[in-house]
Amino acid sequence: MFNSTVAAITLRATLGRRRALLFAIPPIILIGLTIILRSSHAPSQSWPGEILGDFGFSVLLPLTALIIGTSVLGAEVDDGSIVHLLATPVSRLSVIITKFTVAAVLAIAFTAIPELIAGLIAPSTGSKLAIALFVGAVVGSVIYTAVFVMCSALTTRAVAVGLLYVLVWEGLLSNLIGGVRILSVGHYALGIANGIDRDPALGAGLSLDTAVILGVIVTVGALWLAVRRLSSFGISGDAAQ
Amino acid sequence: MTTPTPAPAKAPAGPPPAPARTTVELRNVSRWYGNVVAVNDVTMSIGPGVTGLLGPNGAGKSTILHMMAGFLAPSRGELTVAGAPSWRNPAVYDRLGLVPERDSVYAFLTGEQFVLASAKLHKLSNPEEACRNAIEMTEMAAAANRRISTYSKGMRQRIKVAAALVHNPEILLLDEPFNGMDPRQRLHMMDLLVRLGDQGRVILFSSHILEEVERLSGTIQVMVAGRLAASGNFRDIRRLMTSRPHVFSVRSSDDRRLAAALMAQPDVAAVEMTGKGLSVRTTDYGAFTASIATLTRDQGIRLRELLPTDESLESVFSYLISN
Repeated sequence: MFNSTVAAITLRATLGRRRALLFAIPPIILIGLTIILRSSHAPSQSWPGEILGDFGFSVLLPLTALIIGTSVLGAEVDDGSIVHLLATPVSRLSVIITKFTVAAVLAIAFTAIPELIAGLIAPSTGSKLAIALFVGAVVGSVIYTAVFVMCSALTTRAVAVGLLYVLVWEGLLSNLIGGVRILSVGHYALGIANGIDRDPALGAGLSLDTAVILGVIVTVGALWLAVRRLSSFGISGDAAQ
Repeated sequence: MTTPTPAPAKAPAGPPPAPARTTVELRNVSRWYGNVVAVNDVTMSIGPGVTGLLGPNGAGKSTILHMMAGFLAPSRGELTVAGAPSWRNPAVYDRLGLVPERDSVYAFLTGEQFVLASAKLHKLSNPEEACRNAIEMTEMAAAANRRISTYSKGMRQRIKVAAALVHNPEILLLDEPFNGMDPRQRLHMMDLLVRLGDQGRVILFSSHILEEVERLSGTIQVMVAGRLAASGNFRDIRRLMTSRPHVFSVRSSDDRRLAAALMAQPDVAAVEMTGKGLSVRTTDYGAFTASIATLTRDQGIRLRELLPTDESLESVFSYLISN
């Protein structure tokens, strides 16, 4: 199911673009902010949970996953080079699973690992919160990239759709309306982190069980939809006048 | 290596495929986008050799090619490639190669890496050898280690052909392969396609440039406004267009006397003296060509040249569009 040739091309295409420089910005901000706050705040304060959990999971994680998730497939769909990949006997399932895997690994590298590093730098968190943040970010990276790969397969405006989802649905509505959280990937990640190390400062709105079940459903559903859409991938021909 | 079903044929590129009559078949195929009909009830069969898909921009050529290549579903009708539908059937790419019109390739790869990746995606048993063969076939060996981003338009087209040929497909579809090429690159590509056609492959290319099709292929499929306007050898098509006179250029030992004799023939519509001989318009191609030899012999005139002057593809094309 995983195709190493597709993976190699995807990795080079994703990291070769200037857009890839954007991947490094969120982890630098997160770790830099942690270092600044550590030197300027008392160890007993609750900022680690708020910054690394709430801010990290609500802003940095989804935005990084959005850039990566839409790059691995969307860029090739936009410029048409995907045709060279699809005009081969490789199954569409294999293409989606491979691109999703590459995107998830990159998102983990650029979000979950910095979360772990920042968690270990932050004072009074202990390694348990750092691990909880790391696991939550890993799961969040996986679900987000599945959703954004699906967006790339469904629409050529995947970045705009993804931004609307992150900023309006998750950033605004999920904080105002409790029911919206059941379709918020950020809250799945927070729910999992909170399930490992309870911290009110994380602002988790879902239980661990709910977060895991919904996360699995959303990931599988998003990938299924992406495969289905890619199986019907078409090139628009010229139309008779 | 041709087999009736899409076998995991993993022979490298290079040797020609077995001369089985692999075809692309369209039966009453239509394709529309909302209210716009792009392809209207087209039935055609493409066999081995080079076939040109000709028509003006917007005639439906690309839509037909994309449907054949499995990147568009017919709205109606049946389309098969080597006996199997191409839509939602990735197995068809074991036997089919596609060279898309868009100049979008993985520009960060070298030519060799691009073709090798194509070989691996086709799961060939020896991708390196297949890659080498395909690159040699397209004469891209000298530039194979350069990044595609440094290639000229013609080189990009050739490396795309190499990638499409790497698994030795029986069918090769090319969408406007000569776009943006300089004359030398065009000749090079034409030679390559003729060679591939001579190997028994089905080579179908689209073009709106008459000269390309005329030089490359005697067999044409002419699309006009989404419909198949004509199909077959373009000279035969021209001869069937009896409502329009055929024009011949004639040179003889006595042009003036021959002109007078020709005007007496029932199938000759007009004769014009030109600086180089006669221009004769006839309404019956067969009768004229059969009778002129007898006529000149009876008149004691030596016939030095008899050339049809309006059998160019442009003439065929203009006629079909205007009708």
